[in-house]
Amino acid sequence: MPNLPACGHRHDLSGPVATFQNVTFRYPGAEPVLQGVTFAIPPQSHTCVIGPNGGGKTTLLRVMLGLLTPETGEVRVMGTPPHRACRHVGYVPQHTVLRRGFPITVREVVLTGCVDRHWLGWHGATCGPDADAVMAELQIDDLRRRPFDQLSGGQRQRVLIARALVGNPSLLLLDEPTANIDPAVGRRVRDLLGRLSRRLAVVTVSHDLDYLSARLDRVFFVDHTVREVAPAEVTSEAIWRLFRHREPGSAS
Amino acid sequence: MSDLCHQLFLPGGILFLPLLIGLTGSLTFGVVGAYVTVRRITYVAAAISHSVLAGIGAAVFLRHHCGWEWCTPMLGAFAAAVVSALIIGRVTLVAEHLGDSVISAVMVVGMAAGLLFLAKTPGYFSPMSVLFGDILLVSPRDLLVIGIVNGVTALTGVLFYRKLLAVCFDEEYARLRGLRAEVYSMLLLVLAALTVVAMMQIVGIVMVIALLTLPAMTAMLVCRRLWQCMVLGGGLCALCVVAGLGLSFRTDLPTGPVIVALAAALYLIAAAVVAARRARQGSWTPAAAKL
Repeated sequence: MPNLPACGHRHDLSGPVATFQNVTFRYPGAEPVLQGVTFAIPPQSHTCVIGPNGGGKTTLLRVMLGLLTPETGEVRVMGTPPHRACRHVGYVPQHTVLRRGFPITVREVVLTGCVDRHWLGWHGATCGPDADAVMAELQIDDLRRRPFDQLSGGQRQRVLIARALVGNPSLLLLDEPTANIDPAVGRRVRDLLGRLSRRLAVVTVSHDLDYLSARLDRVFFVDHTVREVAPAEVTSEAIWRLFRHREPGSAS
Repeated sequence: MSDLCHQLFLPGGILFLPLLIGLTGSLTFGVVGAYVTVRRITYVAAAISHSVLAGIGAAVFLRHHCGWEWCTPMLGAFAAAVVSALIIGRVTLVAEHLGDSVISAVMVVGMAAGLLFLAKTPGYFSPMSVLFGDILLVSPRDLLVIGIVNGVTALTGVLFYRKLLAVCFDEEYARLRGLRAEVYSMLLLVLAALTVVAMMQIVGIVMVIALLTLPAMTAMLVCRRLWQCMVLGGGLCALCVVAGLGLSFRTDLPTGPVIVALAAALYLIAAAVVAARRARQGSWTPAAAKL
């Protein structure tokens, strides 16, 4: 992981929130995971990234976050290199960091989302009200004093979304937000993300084909390259064709 | 009893200086012990504490052979601890897969170097007093140095509480928020290094790690927030130091092992009580598996 410099302050908030221009990325000594990827994410949109295992979905997200540096091409988030735009980007990781017994409450987890606001991290005056508002919006304000490790999978996911939102981002990236939670809770998370996409750009990587039933503006099929598919065209049959296309021995 | 109180609480008593060092050290142990335990760098702190023998040996060697009277064993211990912390921190940052090997290497090389320096220094300096602690070696000057180091260490741990909490909980996310997580990880190692040296004269470099972690682990059984663990852990550490000094004086047992045994007993009692309570509530999980 590169050492990320501190977030910048001046960003272009008028254009697309993220752009990839002919981006190629490979891990050392391996074949390219992403090749010639070009796309733009408009503000206030809902994008779902689907694709087979090993196709580069999570890598795409990590390049967008600035955690990975592309070999060639240009990535811009809010008009700047990704690591300079971290104040405008919220992120919900795939694998919830859950250290059993870690003494931290739900509110404290949410507050870590704005730890960068003050040089010592003492952000209570400005961040506290924001955290309370976000927790109320996500209906987790009754959990605020609960230890984080005692929550269910769905509650934990909402807390991590609140942590990502408390910095008031323009772009929200989520890696498998409905993995490991039951279908009913998964539907609530999808509805929540649909509502959020009315005020910010939401990009979700998902294996969950139910996710495609949510209100989406675009679907990216990622298999080393990125192919944009209109949400209306995404049917079970179309997805089957896309995945079958990749199987060894299938006609290409 | 009156003799014990005289030795323990009155200036001039044989236990008075160790008591002051133990109490000031408890403050730091509470703060840094909580970080070390939740960050799961106990083994790193153990390696650092063992490696200080190299600094102590080098200081004694230089004082004798080069006439550097200013180079005290305490100074050597602090220098060795900080250098070990920086080496381990740097290597685990650049080559994470080598971290485990480097931690072990720093520990044993530090001890070997210390023993070699001591072997080539004429006069009597017992490595046993460093390894297992000797309260008779504590001087008023040590108290001053340790007090200052403890104050700075605890203050740093408190001032950067929010940032260290964020890094300990989820380092990658802290990095994405623009925090220089590697700097705070290194800071934590240096704080742990300074802390273990501050208490080594009482419990020794072998057992100091137990006093750093056991009170923190005990506190974590009952506390929901990290700062609560720091307060309770510091209090438990102070309790173990006071009771251990008194008990070792009364029973003529070595102080360090008595203090560590008390800390372990407190942890076991707390774990049993918590487990029993959870069993009654029907949600028992082994307390020891929490971390």
